[in-house]
Amino acid sequence: MGFEVLKPGLLTTVQDFGRTGYQKLGISPSGALDRRAMTLANLLVCNPAAEALLELTFTGPELRFTADNFIAVTGGDLSPALNGKPIARYAAHPVKAGDILSFGQAKSGCRAYLAFAGGLGLPAVMDSKSTNLKCGFGGYQGRKLLAGDTIGFASPKKELPFFPLRTLESPTFGGEVSLRVILGPQEDAFTEGGIRTFFGESYEVTPRFDRMGCALEGPTVECREKADIISDGIPDGAVQIPSSGKPIIMLADHQTTGGYTKIGTVASVDLPLLAQCKPGDSVRFERISVADAQKLLRKEAKKLRKLNRYLNE
Amino acid sequence: MTKVPQARILTAGDSALTVEFGNEISEEINGKVLALDNAIQKEGIVGITETIPTYRSLLICYDPCAIRYAALKRRVSRLAERLGAASSGAGRIVEIPVCYGGEFGEDLPDVAAHAGLSEEEVVRIHSSKDYLIYMLGFLPGFAYLGGMDSRIATPRLKTPRVKIPAGSVAIGGEQTGIYPIASPGGWRLIGSTPVRPYDPDREDPILYRAGDRIRFVPVSAEEYRKIQALADQGTYPCTVREGGTGNGI
Repeated sequence: MGFEVLKPGLLTTVQDFGRTGYQKLGISPSGALDRRAMTLANLLVCNPAAEALLELTFTGPELRFTADNFIAVTGGDLSPALNGKPIARYAAHPVKAGDILSFGQAKSGCRAYLAFAGGLGLPAVMDSKSTNLKCGFGGYQGRKLLAGDTIGFASPKKELPFFPLRTLESPTFGGEVSLRVILGPQEDAFTEGGIRTFFGESYEVTPRFDRMGCALEGPTVECREKADIISDGIPDGAVQIPSSGKPIIMLADHQTTGGYTKIGTVASVDLPLLAQCKPGDSVRFERISVADAQKLLRKEAKKLRKLNRYLNE
Repeated sequence: MTKVPQARILTAGDSALTVEFGNEISEEINGKVLALDNAIQKEGIVGITETIPTYRSLLICYDPCAIRYAALKRRVSRLAERLGAASSGAGRIVEIPVCYGGEFGEDLPDVAAHAGLSEEEVVRIHSSKDYLIYMLGFLPGFAYLGGMDSRIATPRLKTPRVKIPAGSVAIGGEQTGIYPIASPGGWRLIGSTPVRPYDPDREDPILYRAGDRIRFVPVSAEEYRKIQALADQGTYPCTVREGGTGNGI
Protein backbone atom coordinates (compact mmCIF):
# COMPACT_ATOMS: atom_id res chain seq x y z
CA MET A 1 0.00 0.00 0.00
CA GLY A 2 1.20 3.47 -0.83
CA PHE A 3 -0.74 5.95 -2.94
CA GLU A 4 -3.20 6.21 -5.79
CA VAL A 5 -2.90 8.81 -8.54
CA LEU A 6 -6.10 10.89 -8.76
CA LYS A 7 -4.70 13.43 -11.25
CA PRO A 8 -1.37 12.78 -12.97
CA GLY A 9 -0.07 16.33 -13.48
CA LEU A 10 1.76 17.33 -16.66
CA LEU A 11 4.73 14.98 -16.49
CA THR A 12 5.17 12.99 -13.30
CA THR A 13 7.82 10.28 -13.50
CA VAL A 14 9.74 8.03 -11.13
CA GLN A 15 13.45 8.97 -11.05
CA ASP A 16 16.56 8.20 -9.07
CA PHE A 17 20.24 8.90 -9.84
CA GLY A 18 19.84 7.18 -13.22
CA ARG A 19 21.54 4.28 -15.01
CA THR A 20 25.28 3.95 -15.00
CA GLY A 21 27.17 1.70 -17.36
CA TYR A 22 24.66 1.29 -20.18
CA GLN A 23 25.49 4.31 -22.32
CA LYS A 24 27.89 2.25 -24.42
CA LEU A 25 24.83 0.26 -25.50
CA GLY A 26 22.99 3.42 -26.53
CA ILE A 27 20.86 3.63 -23.36
CA SER A 28 20.49 7.16 -21.89
CA PRO A 29 21.43 7.66 -18.25
CA SER A 30 18.04 9.21 -17.20
CA GLY A 31 17.61 10.21 -13.54
CA ALA A 32 16.41 13.36 -11.76
CA LEU A 33 17.18 16.64 -13.57
CA ASP A 34 17.68 18.54 -10.29
CA ARG A 35 19.86 16.11 -8.36
CA ARG A 36 20.42 18.51 -5.50
CA ALA A 37 16.67 18.79 -4.82
CA MET A 38 16.33 15.03 -5.19
CA THR A 39 19.11 14.32 -2.69
CA LEU A 40 17.66 16.76 -0.14
CA ALA A 41 14.13 15.33 -0.44
CA ASN A 42 15.53 11.89 0.29
CA LEU A 43 17.72 13.03 3.20
CA LEU A 44 14.72 14.77 4.79
CA VAL A 45 12.81 11.49 5.02
CA CYS A 46 15.82 9.45 6.08
CA ASN A 47 16.35 7.75 2.69
CA PRO A 48 19.66 7.08 0.94
CA ALA A 49 20.40 10.01 -1.41
CA ALA A 50 19.75 7.91 -4.53
CA GLU A 51 16.36 6.45 -3.51
CA ALA A 52 13.66 6.58 -6.20
CA LEU A 53 11.09 9.39 -5.89
CA LEU A 54 8.71 11.36 -8.11
CA GLU A 55 9.82 14.18 -10.37
CA LEU A 56 6.93 16.61 -10.98
CA THR A 57 6.98 19.07 -13.88
CA PHE A 58 5.08 22.41 -13.93
CA THR A 59 1.71 21.00 -12.86
CA GLY A 60 1.96 18.56 -9.98
CA PRO A 61 -0.26 15.49 -9.49
CA GLU A 62 -3.02 14.82 -6.97
CA LEU A 63 -2.39 11.70 -4.89
CA ARG A 64 -4.42 9.85 -2.27
CA PHE A 65 -2.39 7.94 0.29
CA THR A 66 -3.45 4.40 1.11
CA ALA A 67 -0.93 3.93 3.92
CA ASP A 68 0.70 6.05 6.65
CA ASN A 69 4.21 7.33 5.96
CA PHE A 70 6.40 10.46 5.77
CA ILE A 71 7.00 12.63 2.71
CA ALA A 72 9.10 15.65 1.69
CA VAL A 73 8.77 17.99 -1.29
CA THR A 74 11.77 19.91 -2.63
CA GLY A 75 12.83 21.75 -5.80
CA GLY A 76 10.56 24.26 -7.51
CA ASP A 77 7.58 25.72 -5.65
CA LEU A 78 4.52 24.03 -7.17
CA SER A 79 2.38 25.02 -4.14
CA PRO A 80 2.05 21.65 -2.36
CA ALA A 81 -0.98 21.16 -0.10
CA LEU A 82 -2.09 18.34 2.16
CA ASN A 83 -5.87 17.96 2.44
CA GLY A 84 -6.17 21.44 0.97
CA LYS A 85 -3.77 23.12 3.45
CA PRO A 86 -0.46 24.42 2.11
CA ILE A 87 2.59 22.59 3.44
CA ALA A 88 6.19 23.75 3.65
CA ARG A 89 8.68 22.65 1.01
CA TYR A 90 12.03 21.29 2.22
CA ALA A 91 10.49 19.69 5.29
CA ALA A 92 9.35 16.20 6.31
CA HIS A 93 5.61 15.75 6.84
CA PRO A 94 3.65 12.79 8.22
CA VAL A 95 0.81 11.54 6.00
CA LYS A 96 -2.06 9.21 6.89
CA ALA A 97 -4.04 6.78 4.75
CA GLY A 98 -6.84 8.79 3.13
CA ASP A 99 -4.87 12.07 3.05
CA ILE A 100 -4.80 13.89 -0.29
CA LEU A 101 -1.65 15.62 -1.54
CA SER A 102 -2.23 18.17 -4.26
CA PHE A 103 -0.26 20.85 -6.07
CA GLY A 104 -1.27 24.26 -7.35
CA GLN A 105 0.41 26.94 -9.39
CA ALA A 106 4.14 26.84 -10.14
CA LYS A 107 5.39 29.88 -8.22
CA SER A 108 9.13 29.50 -8.63
CA GLY A 109 11.10 26.92 -10.60
CA CYS A 110 9.28 24.19 -12.49
CA ARG A 111 10.40 20.79 -11.20
CA ALA A 112 9.58 19.48 -7.75
CA TYR A 113 10.71 16.25 -6.09
CA LEU A 114 8.46 14.19 -3.87
CA ALA A 115 10.20 11.63 -1.67
CA PHE A 116 8.56 8.91 0.41
CA ALA A 117 10.25 7.49 3.51
CA GLY A 118 11.47 3.96 2.78
CA GLY A 119 11.20 4.45 -0.99
CA LEU A 120 8.89 3.07 -3.66
CA GLY A 121 8.07 -0.61 -4.22
CA LEU A 122 9.05 -0.74 -7.88
CA PRO A 123 11.51 -3.07 -9.62
CA ALA A 124 14.88 -1.77 -10.81
CA VAL A 125 15.65 -2.22 -14.51
CA MET A 126 19.38 -2.23 -15.30
CA ASP A 127 20.14 -1.29 -11.70
CA SER A 128 17.91 1.81 -11.63
CA LYS A 129 14.27 2.70 -11.02
CA SER A 130 14.46 5.76 -13.30
CA THR A 131 11.85 6.02 -16.04
CA ASN A 132 13.34 5.93 -19.53
CA LEU A 133 10.49 7.54 -21.48
CA LYS A 134 11.95 7.01 -24.95
CA CYS A 135 12.53 3.28 -24.50
CA GLY A 136 9.52 2.73 -22.27
CA PHE A 137 11.11 0.94 -19.33
CA GLY A 138 11.96 1.61 -15.70
CA GLY A 139 9.93 3.61 -13.19
CA TYR A 140 6.22 2.78 -13.31
CA GLN A 141 5.68 0.64 -16.43
CA GLY A 142 8.19 2.74 -18.35
CA ARG A 143 5.90 5.74 -18.63
CA LYS A 144 4.68 8.91 -16.94
CA LEU A 145 2.03 8.45 -14.25
CA LEU A 146 -1.64 8.41 -15.25
CA ALA A 147 -4.82 8.73 -13.20
CA GLY A 148 -5.67 5.43 -11.52
CA ASP A 149 -2.07 4.21 -11.16
CA THR A 150 -1.18 2.85 -7.74
CA ILE A 151 2.34 2.55 -6.36
CA GLY A 152 3.21 0.85 -3.09
CA PHE A 153 5.71 2.06 -0.48
CA ALA A 154 8.73 -0.23 -0.15
CA SER A 155 9.09 0.11 3.64
CA PRO A 156 7.00 2.99 5.07
CA LYS A 157 8.13 4.49 8.38
CA LYS A 158 6.07 4.85 11.56
CA GLU A 159 8.42 7.56 12.82
CA LEU A 160 11.48 9.51 11.76
CA PRO A 161 14.37 10.20 14.13
CA PHE A 162 14.98 13.85 15.14
CA PHE A 163 11.71 14.81 13.48
CA PRO A 164 11.76 18.51 14.54
CA LEU A 165 15.12 18.97 12.78
CA ARG A 166 13.79 17.83 9.43
CA THR A 167 13.35 21.19 7.80
CA LEU A 168 15.73 23.14 5.57
CA GLU A 169 15.78 26.56 3.98
CA SER A 170 13.66 26.60 0.77
CA PRO A 171 15.42 28.22 -2.16
CA THR A 172 13.58 30.23 -4.81
CA PHE A 173 14.37 29.92 -8.51
CA GLY A 174 13.94 31.92 -11.67
CA GLY A 175 14.96 35.17 -13.30
CA GLU A 176 18.45 35.22 -14.77
CA VAL A 177 20.62 32.18 -14.23
CA SER A 178 24.39 32.09 -14.59
CA LEU A 179 25.76 28.72 -15.65
CA ARG A 180 29.48 27.98 -15.35
CA VAL A 181 30.86 26.18 -18.41
CA ILE A 182 34.06 24.23 -19.00
CA LEU A 183 35.24 24.77 -22.60
CA GLY A 184 35.64 21.72 -24.82
CA PRO A 185 35.83 19.16 -26.27
CA GLN A 186 35.33 20.98 -29.60
CA GLU A 187 36.03 24.62 -28.72
CA ASP A 188 38.51 24.66 -31.66
CA ALA A 189 35.53 24.52 -34.03
CA PHE A 190 34.49 28.07 -33.09
CA THR A 191 35.92 31.46 -33.97
CA GLU A 192 37.25 33.71 -31.20
CA GLY A 193 34.26 35.95 -31.86
CA GLY A 194 31.94 32.94 -31.50
CA ILE A 195 33.36 32.09 -28.09
CA ARG A 196 33.12 35.77 -27.06
CA THR A 197 29.45 35.81 -28.08
CA PHE A 198 28.78 32.61 -26.14
CA PHE A 199 30.25 33.96 -22.90
CA GLY A 200 29.23 37.58 -23.37
CA GLU A 201 25.59 37.47 -24.40
CA SER A 202 22.36 36.41 -22.73
CA TYR A 203 20.23 33.51 -24.00
CA GLU A 204 16.56 32.80 -23.52
CA VAL A 205 15.10 29.42 -22.51
CA THR A 206 12.65 28.30 -25.23
CA PRO A 207 9.65 25.96 -24.85
CA ARG A 208 11.81 23.27 -26.49
CA PHE A 209 12.88 22.14 -23.04
CA ASP A 210 12.29 18.55 -21.97
CA ARG A 211 14.16 15.82 -20.12
CA MET A 212 16.45 15.34 -23.14
CA GLY A 213 17.65 18.89 -23.52
CA CYS A 214 17.09 22.60 -23.32
CA ALA A 215 17.17 24.68 -26.51
CA LEU A 216 18.16 28.34 -26.12
CA GLU A 217 17.44 31.37 -28.30
CA GLY A 218 19.90 34.22 -28.69
CA PRO A 219 22.87 35.51 -30.68
CA THR A 220 24.45 33.04 -33.10
CA VAL A 221 27.69 31.41 -31.98
CA GLU A 222 29.98 31.57 -34.99
CA CYS A 223 31.86 28.42 -35.97
CA ARG A 224 35.00 28.19 -38.13
CA GLU A 225 33.93 25.80 -40.89
CA LYS A 226 31.01 23.53 -40.23
CA ALA A 227 28.94 22.75 -37.19
CA ASP A 228 28.89 18.98 -37.55
CA ILE A 229 31.40 16.38 -36.38
CA ILE A 230 31.63 12.61 -36.76
CA SER A 231 29.35 11.48 -33.90
CA ASP A 232 31.02 11.10 -30.52
CA GLY A 233 29.93 10.58 -26.91
CA ILE A 234 27.80 13.15 -25.07
CA PRO A 235 28.41 13.90 -21.38
CA ASP A 236 25.64 15.31 -19.12
CA GLY A 237 25.41 19.07 -19.50
CA ALA A 238 27.13 19.17 -22.90
CA VAL A 239 26.39 22.40 -24.79
CA GLN A 240 25.84 21.53 -28.45
CA ILE A 241 25.90 24.18 -31.14
CA PRO A 242 24.09 22.92 -34.25
CA SER A 243 24.32 24.74 -37.58
CA SER A 244 21.73 27.31 -36.41
CA GLY A 245 24.38 28.60 -33.99
CA LYS A 246 21.94 28.44 -31.03
CA PRO A 247 23.03 26.41 -27.98
CA ILE A 248 21.24 23.23 -26.83
CA ILE A 249 22.14 21.88 -23.39
CA MET A 250 21.92 18.09 -23.02
CA LEU A 251 20.10 16.73 -19.96
CA ALA A 252 19.53 13.33 -18.30
CA ASP A 253 17.58 11.68 -21.15
CA HIS A 254 20.07 12.84 -23.81
CA GLN A 255 21.19 10.62 -26.67
CA THR A 256 24.41 8.84 -25.82
CA THR A 257 26.16 9.96 -29.02
CA GLY A 258 25.65 12.83 -31.41
CA GLY A 259 27.11 14.71 -34.32
CA TYR A 260 26.70 18.35 -33.25
CA THR A 261 29.76 20.29 -32.16
CA LYS A 262 30.07 20.75 -28.40
CA ILE A 263 31.51 24.10 -27.32
CA GLY A 264 31.56 23.21 -23.62
CA THR A 265 29.91 21.43 -20.71
CA VAL A 266 27.91 22.99 -17.88
CA ALA A 267 29.51 22.43 -14.46
CA SER A 268 27.68 19.61 -12.63
CA VAL A 269 26.86 21.82 -9.64
CA ASP A 270 25.01 24.27 -11.92
CA LEU A 271 22.81 21.74 -13.75
CA PRO A 272 20.13 21.88 -10.99
CA LEU A 273 19.73 25.64 -11.67
CA LEU A 274 19.04 24.95 -15.34
CA ALA A 275 16.54 22.21 -14.40
CA GLN A 276 14.44 24.85 -12.63
CA CYS A 277 14.41 27.32 -15.56
CA LYS A 278 11.17 28.07 -17.38
CA PRO A 279 10.68 29.15 -20.99
CA GLY A 280 11.39 32.87 -21.08
CA ASP A 281 14.04 32.79 -18.31
CA SER A 282 17.45 34.05 -19.33
CA VAL A 283 20.73 32.19 -19.13
CA ARG A 284 24.29 33.54 -19.17
CA PHE A 285 27.42 31.46 -19.47
CA GLU A 286 30.52 32.01 -17.38
CA ARG A 287 33.85 30.32 -17.95
CA ILE A 288 35.27 27.95 -15.32
CA SER A 289 38.26 25.59 -15.26
CA VAL A 290 37.91 21.84 -14.78
CA ALA A 291 39.83 22.07 -11.51
CA ASP A 292 37.53 24.77 -10.10
CA ALA A 293 34.34 22.98 -11.23
CA GLN A 294 35.56 19.81 -9.52
CA LYS A 295 36.42 21.74 -6.35
CA LEU A 296 32.82 23.02 -6.24
CA LEU A 297 31.49 19.50 -6.78
CA ARG A 298 33.61 18.05 -3.99
CA LYS A 299 32.61 20.89 -1.68
CA GLU A 300 28.94 20.18 -2.35
CA ALA A 301 29.40 16.43 -1.78
CA LYS A 302 31.07 17.22 1.56
CA LYS A 303 28.23 19.55 2.57
CA LEU A 304 25.64 16.88 1.76
CA ARG A 305 27.55 14.26 3.74
CA LYS A 306 27.61 16.63 6.70
CA LEU A 307 23.89 17.32 6.41
CA ASN A 308 23.20 13.60 6.17
CA ARG A 309 25.16 12.99 9.38
CA TYR A 310 23.33 15.84 11.12
CA LEU A 311 19.88 14.54 10.12
CA ASN A 312 20.33 10.82 10.12
CA GLU A 313 23.07 9.73 12.54
CA MET B 1 46.14 2.03 -44.34
CA THR B 2 44.98 5.09 -42.47
CA LYS B 3 47.67 6.67 -40.38
CA VAL B 4 46.48 6.68 -36.78
CA PRO B 5 47.60 9.91 -35.15
CA GLN B 6 48.55 10.35 -31.49
CA ALA B 7 45.65 10.30 -29.08
CA ARG B 8 44.38 13.73 -28.00
CA ILE B 9 42.82 14.04 -24.55
CA LEU B 10 40.07 16.65 -24.44
CA THR B 11 38.02 17.87 -21.49
CA ALA B 12 34.32 17.08 -21.59
CA GLY B 13 33.16 18.80 -18.42
CA ASP B 14 34.03 18.11 -14.80
CA SER B 15 33.04 14.44 -14.89
CA ALA B 16 34.17 13.18 -18.30
CA LEU B 17 37.02 13.34 -20.77
CA THR B 18 37.31 12.40 -24.42
CA VAL B 19 40.22 10.50 -25.94
CA GLU B 20 40.24 11.24 -29.64
CA PHE B 21 42.26 9.16 -32.10
CA GLY B 22 41.46 10.93 -35.35
CA ASN B 23 38.85 12.65 -37.40
CA GLU B 24 37.63 10.08 -39.88
CA ILE B 25 35.69 6.84 -40.02
CA SER B 26 38.20 4.04 -40.45
CA GLU B 27 38.61 0.56 -39.02
CA GLU B 28 42.14 1.38 -37.82
CA ILE B 29 41.05 4.40 -35.78
CA ASN B 30 37.98 2.62 -34.44
CA GLY B 31 40.21 -0.35 -33.54
CA LYS B 32 42.32 1.96 -31.36
CA VAL B 33 39.20 3.27 -29.61
CA LEU B 34 37.99 -0.24 -28.81
CA ALA B 35 41.46 -1.39 -27.77
CA LEU B 36 41.73 1.53 -25.31
CA ASP B 37 38.25 0.72 -23.97
CA ASN B 38 39.34 -2.89 -23.39
CA ALA B 39 42.59 -1.79 -21.77
CA ILE B 40 40.69 0.51 -19.39
CA GLN B 41 38.27 -2.26 -18.39
CA LYS B 42 41.23 -4.57 -17.71
CA GLU B 43 43.12 -1.95 -15.72
CA GLY B 44 40.06 -1.36 -13.50
CA ILE B 45 40.75 2.32 -12.73
CA VAL B 46 38.85 3.33 -9.59
CA GLY B 47 36.57 6.31 -10.23
CA ILE B 48 35.71 5.56 -13.87
CA THR B 49 31.95 5.11 -13.96
CA GLU B 50 31.42 4.25 -17.63
CA THR B 51 32.81 4.60 -21.13
CA ILE B 52 31.23 5.29 -24.54
CA PRO B 53 33.28 4.11 -27.52
CA THR B 54 32.44 5.84 -30.82
CA TYR B 55 33.85 5.93 -34.36
CA ARG B 56 36.97 7.82 -33.44
CA SER B 57 36.93 8.60 -29.74
CA LEU B 58 36.28 7.20 -26.30
CA LEU B 59 34.24 9.21 -23.78
CA ILE B 60 35.32 8.32 -20.26
CA CYS B 61 32.88 9.30 -17.49
CA TYR B 62 34.30 9.44 -13.97
CA ASP B 63 33.57 10.58 -10.44
CA PRO B 64 35.79 13.55 -9.59
CA CYS B 65 35.30 12.78 -5.90
CA ALA B 66 37.07 9.46 -6.50
CA ILE B 67 39.83 10.43 -8.96
CA ARG B 68 41.41 13.76 -9.92
CA TYR B 69 41.39 14.97 -13.51
CA ALA B 70 45.18 15.17 -13.73
CA ALA B 71 45.69 11.67 -12.32
CA LEU B 72 43.12 10.13 -14.66
CA LYS B 73 44.55 11.96 -17.66
CA ARG B 74 48.02 10.63 -16.85
CA ARG B 75 46.86 7.04 -16.51
CA VAL B 76 44.73 7.16 -19.65
CA SER B 77 47.52 8.71 -21.77
CA ARG B 78 49.91 6.03 -20.61
CA LEU B 79 47.43 3.31 -21.64
CA ALA B 80 46.79 5.03 -24.99
CA GLU B 81 50.52 5.21 -25.75
CA ARG B 82 51.00 1.54 -25.02
CA LEU B 83 48.23 0.33 -27.37
CA GLY B 84 49.40 -1.95 -30.12
CA ALA B 85 48.40 -1.58 -33.74
CA ALA B 86 45.95 -4.47 -33.41
CA SER B 87 42.24 -3.79 -33.40
CA SER B 88 40.00 -4.63 -30.46
CA GLY B 89 40.19 -8.36 -31.06
CA ALA B 90 36.62 -8.74 -29.82
CA GLY B 91 35.82 -10.15 -33.23
CA ARG B 92 32.56 -12.01 -32.56
CA ILE B 93 30.21 -12.43 -35.50
CA VAL B 94 26.52 -12.27 -34.59
CA GLU B 95 24.16 -13.78 -37.16
CA ILE B 96 20.90 -11.88 -37.60
CA PRO B 97 18.18 -13.75 -39.52
CA VAL B 98 16.34 -11.44 -41.93
CA CYS B 99 13.26 -11.94 -44.06
CA TYR B 100 13.76 -9.62 -47.03
CA GLY B 101 11.17 -7.86 -49.18
CA GLY B 102 7.39 -8.12 -49.41
CA GLU B 103 5.55 -7.15 -46.25
CA PHE B 104 8.86 -7.43 -44.34
CA GLY B 105 10.70 -4.82 -46.39
CA GLU B 106 8.43 -2.66 -48.45
CA ASP B 107 11.19 -0.49 -49.95
CA LEU B 108 13.19 -3.38 -51.42
CA PRO B 109 11.74 -2.78 -54.92
CA ASP B 110 12.80 0.91 -54.74
CA VAL B 111 16.31 -0.01 -53.60
CA ALA B 112 16.59 -2.55 -56.44
CA ALA B 113 15.29 -0.03 -58.99
CA HIS B 114 17.74 2.63 -57.76
CA ALA B 115 20.64 0.17 -57.98
CA GLY B 116 19.51 -1.19 -61.36
CA LEU B 117 19.61 -4.72 -59.94
CA SER B 118 17.06 -7.42 -59.21
CA GLU B 119 15.67 -7.73 -55.68
CA GLU B 120 17.49 -11.07 -55.36
CA GLU B 121 20.79 -9.38 -56.26
CA VAL B 122 20.27 -6.69 -53.62
CA VAL B 123 19.55 -9.36 -50.99
CA ARG B 124 22.59 -11.38 -52.08
CA ILE B 125 24.87 -8.33 -51.85
CA HIS B 126 23.41 -7.16 -48.53
CA SER B 127 23.75 -10.58 -46.89
CA SER B 128 27.19 -11.50 -48.19
CA LYS B 129 29.29 -9.36 -45.83
CA ASP B 130 30.24 -9.16 -42.17
CA TYR B 131 29.54 -5.61 -41.07
CA LEU B 132 31.79 -4.12 -38.38
CA ILE B 133 29.92 -2.46 -35.49
CA TYR B 134 31.80 0.82 -35.10
CA MET B 135 29.64 2.05 -32.27
CA LEU B 136 26.23 1.84 -30.59
CA GLY B 137 24.17 4.97 -30.06
CA PHE B 138 21.14 7.01 -31.11
CA LEU B 139 18.76 4.33 -29.78
CA PRO B 140 19.41 1.47 -27.37
CA GLY B 141 21.30 -1.13 -29.39
CA PHE B 142 21.37 0.88 -32.62
CA ALA B 143 24.56 -0.29 -34.32
CA TYR B 144 26.53 1.98 -36.65
CA LEU B 145 27.75 -0.54 -39.22
CA GLY B 146 30.63 -0.12 -41.61
CA GLY B 147 31.34 -1.62 -44.97
CA MET B 148 28.08 -1.69 -46.93
CA ASP B 149 28.52 -2.31 -50.65
CA SER B 150 28.07 1.04 -52.41
CA ARG B 151 26.19 -0.67 -55.27
CA ILE B 152 23.09 -0.88 -53.05
CA ALA B 153 23.41 2.59 -51.48
CA THR B 154 20.06 4.44 -51.75
CA PRO B 155 19.19 7.98 -50.66
CA ARG B 156 17.01 8.40 -47.57
CA LEU B 157 13.29 9.00 -48.05
CA LYS B 158 12.41 12.66 -48.69
CA THR B 159 9.83 12.52 -45.91
CA PRO B 160 10.78 10.27 -42.96
CA ARG B 161 8.25 7.72 -41.72
CA VAL B 162 6.68 8.58 -38.38
CA LYS B 163 7.15 5.04 -37.11
CA ILE B 164 9.50 2.35 -38.32
CA PRO B 165 8.68 -0.95 -36.60
CA ALA B 166 11.23 -2.56 -34.27
CA GLY B 167 13.38 -5.15 -36.05
CA SER B 168 13.36 -3.33 -39.41
CA VAL B 169 16.53 -3.75 -41.46
CA ALA B 170 17.13 -0.69 -43.58
CA ILE B 171 19.45 1.21 -45.88
CA GLY B 172 20.11 4.95 -45.55
CA GLY B 173 22.59 6.34 -48.05
CA GLU B 174 25.81 4.29 -47.74
CA GLN B 175 24.76 2.89 -44.37
CA THR B 176 22.73 -0.08 -43.23
CA GLY B 177 21.31 -0.99 -39.84
CA ILE B 178 18.61 -2.51 -37.66
CA TYR B 179 16.01 -0.47 -35.75
CA PRO B 180 16.01 -2.02 -32.25
CA ILE B 181 12.85 -0.17 -31.14
CA ALA B 182 10.04 1.52 -33.05
CA SER B 183 11.30 4.93 -34.08
CA PRO B 184 10.78 7.67 -36.66
CA GLY B 185 13.25 7.40 -39.52
CA GLY B 186 13.97 8.03 -43.17
CA TRP B 187 15.89 4.90 -44.10
CA ARG B 188 14.59 2.46 -46.76
CA LEU B 189 13.12 -0.73 -45.28
CA ILE B 190 14.46 -3.82 -47.03
CA GLY B 191 13.64 -6.53 -44.49
CA SER B 192 12.88 -7.43 -40.93
CA THR B 193 14.44 -9.58 -38.25
CA PRO B 194 12.39 -11.53 -35.69
CA VAL B 195 15.21 -11.46 -33.11
CA ARG B 196 15.32 -8.69 -30.55
CA PRO B 197 18.64 -6.90 -30.66
CA TYR B 198 17.42 -5.06 -27.56
CA ASP B 199 15.34 -6.35 -24.66
CA PRO B 200 15.47 -4.41 -21.37
CA ASP B 201 14.34 -7.46 -19.40
CA ARG B 202 17.14 -9.68 -20.72
CA GLU B 203 20.20 -9.99 -18.49
CA ASP B 204 22.26 -8.76 -21.45
CA PRO B 205 19.88 -6.15 -22.88
CA ILE B 206 21.82 -5.77 -26.14
CA LEU B 207 22.90 -8.72 -28.27
CA TYR B 208 26.18 -7.23 -29.50
CA ARG B 209 28.96 -4.80 -28.69
CA ALA B 210 31.02 -2.28 -30.59
CA GLY B 211 33.81 -4.28 -32.25
CA ASP B 212 31.59 -7.28 -33.03
CA ARG B 213 30.43 -7.93 -36.58
CA ILE B 214 26.92 -8.54 -37.86
CA ARG B 215 26.07 -11.03 -40.61
CA PHE B 216 22.56 -10.83 -42.09
CA VAL B 217 21.25 -14.31 -42.95
CA PRO B 218 18.23 -14.47 -45.30
CA VAL B 219 15.30 -16.57 -44.04
CA SER B 220 11.88 -17.38 -45.49
CA ALA B 221 8.63 -15.97 -44.09
CA GLU B 222 7.95 -19.37 -42.55
CA GLU B 223 11.34 -19.48 -40.81
CA TYR B 224 10.83 -15.88 -39.71
CA ARG B 225 7.62 -16.85 -37.90
CA LYS B 226 9.23 -19.90 -36.27
CA ILE B 227 12.13 -17.81 -34.98
CA GLN B 228 9.71 -15.10 -33.86
CA ALA B 229 7.78 -17.57 -31.73
CA LEU B 230 11.02 -18.64 -30.01
CA ALA B 231 12.22 -15.03 -29.68
CA ASP B 232 8.91 -14.07 -28.03
CA GLN B 233 9.51 -16.74 -25.39
CA GLY B 234 13.10 -15.58 -25.04
CA THR B 235 14.45 -18.93 -26.18
CA TYR B 236 15.91 -18.13 -29.61
CA PRO B 237 19.69 -18.44 -29.45
CA CYS B 238 21.32 -16.12 -31.99
CA THR B 239 24.24 -17.80 -33.68
CA VAL B 240 27.44 -16.16 -32.49
CA ARG B 241 30.78 -17.15 -33.98
CA GLU B 242 33.96 -16.31 -32.10
CA GLY B 243 37.26 -15.10 -33.42
CA GLY B 244 35.98 -13.54 -36.60
CA THR B 245 38.59 -11.80 -38.65
CA GLY B 246 35.75 -11.13 -41.08
CA ASN B 247 36.56 -9.29 -44.23
CA GLY B 248 38.58 -6.16 -44.09
CA ILE B 249 40.89 -6.54 -41.10
